[in-house]
Amino acid sequence: MSPARATPAPLGTAAALALGDDALVLSHRLGEWAGNAPVLEEDVALANMALDLLGQARTLLSLVGDEDELAYLREERAFRNVQLVEQPNGDFAHTIARQLYFSVYQQLLYGQLAAEDGPLAPLAAKAVKEVAYHRDHAEHWTLRLGDGTAESHERMQRALDALWRYTGELFEPVDGLPVDWTALHDGWLTAVTGVVEQATLTLPGGPQSGAWTAGAGRQGIHTEPFGRMLAEMQHLHRSHPGASW
Amino acid sequence: MTTTAPEAGRLEAVFDAAVAADERIEPRDWMPDAYRATLVRQIAQHAHSEIIGMQPEANWITRAPSLRRKAILMAKVQDEAGHGLYLYSAAETLGTSRDELLDKLHAGRQRYSSIFNYPTLTWADVGAIGWLVDGAAITNQVPLCRCSYGPYARAMIRICKEESFHQRQGYELLLALSRGTEAQHAMAQDAVDRWWWPSLMMFGPPDDESSHSAQSMAWKIKRHSNDELRQRFVDICVPQAASLGLTLPDPDLRWNEERGHHDFGPIDWDEFHEVLRGNGPCNDQRISRRRQAHEEGAWVREAAAAYAAKHGEAKA
Repeated sequence: MSPARATPAPLGTAAALALGDDALVLSHRLGEWAGNAPVLEEDVALANMALDLLGQARTLLSLVGDEDELAYLREERAFRNVQLVEQPNGDFAHTIARQLYFSVYQQLLYGQLAAEDGPLAPLAAKAVKEVAYHRDHAEHWTLRLGDGTAESHERMQRALDALWRYTGELFEPVDGLPVDWTALHDGWLTAVTGVVEQATLTLPGGPQSGAWTAGAGRQGIHTEPFGRMLAEMQHLHRSHPGASW
Repeated sequence: MTTTAPEAGRLEAVFDAAVAADERIEPRDWMPDAYRATLVRQIAQHAHSEIIGMQPEANWITRAPSLRRKAILMAKVQDEAGHGLYLYSAAETLGTSRDELLDKLHAGRQRYSSIFNYPTLTWADVGAIGWLVDGAAITNQVPLCRCSYGPYARAMIRICKEESFHQRQGYELLLALSRGTEAQHAMAQDAVDRWWWPSLMMFGPPDDESSHSAQSMAWKIKRHSNDELRQRFVDICVPQAASLGLTLPDPDLRWNEERGHHDFGPIDWDEFHEVLRGNGPCNDQRISRRRQAHEEGAWVREAAAAYAAKHGEAKA
């Protein structure tokens, strides 16, 4: 149990930005799928999850500032999201692997927060229901792709392997979040292992983070694709300083 | 199944009587082959328009200038995917499959609305599409809620409710721009200038040149002529443009007391036919993008089918 658990203080900026930026950035990535999904049902599902996450991001960012100023006027180094969520969509398997790793984490994290008395409890109680669907979606697709065709199996394995090194950062403690990070990691590993094995895939064997990824996103160190993502996301807003939309 | 001539005559009489009495034709009812073919063509074109129409708007999701606008736009594009789903399902009740219809779209053998062959060049285009394109679509589609074919009519009721929401959102987006900075106002005016005439073309060719209209009216698939609907749309838009503080790009547009309608200038039908022939600004881009998404997703659909076959799961 971390010391922070005992002190349900007002929500700190670090905590709101960490969770809010995770949701904002993943929502943006999922939004990039619009019109490009492998089947129409997935256009609906991916947009649905993008909207859930955007709603969470707006609530979280508004707790500590103006949502648009925070989303559109911060530089890359001021974003506190984990590097996992900023990774490009890749093929559908990469998107599903990113969803699996992140939605299991987010569900367990919000589950813990919902059980606390802290300022995030109401948000977490609502979000945990949304995220349960995201997790269900990711798990079902992991099974279908892992245990589908030889090609889908290979693509899914490659995606799990490629994103594995970004998963360690999920469990770096965030200042002001009353979370038992060790229990979170154990629960996550058990859940992910279960799905991966059921899908006839292999849990990646390497370390969950490299020297460069450990806790880096939370400190504002991101990967190259993130800068381009922000350039696209922010350019119109920044082109009209002070305008309302 | 073979049907004897007197039997066919009796079935046709039952069908004609049902249409005459404004009853709904349902999937299991007998219907003339040409009625079925007309509906498949029209519903497929409508479904294809929903999914191709996602592209010009999705073009701005990643650049939406506020989080509120981004949420509205993503929800709208999601609704369009949902409309595509209802419409492909309605077409399936006529004995065709979604895969078959998509193959025809990708092969260029079925159409989608030509309006989506125009590009979305600025953020204001998202508003202009909502106000004008969705507005024109609603004018066309509200009468389809009373279409003689039940599944299509019911799909349209749901779609029209959502479309009218989109239309108001587009109007509200343009209003914010029109009342915003000088640059925002100019952006809104430019978008309306570019989208106005193509929106009027959405009602199709003039009545005397419309090849499918007469039979569709007789079958009560269509309830009003192209020109009637176009006039209705112009009459609705003129006061709305005034409230927006924007002008419509037609020097001939004026109220005609005698007709009780607005007169408007000549439509450039050459442009309409050129776009229809595939020479619009984005025809190739739209269909290539659609084909690419479909081809890149093939391995995913195959995996879902293989998994379902192994595990007895319903197909994804």
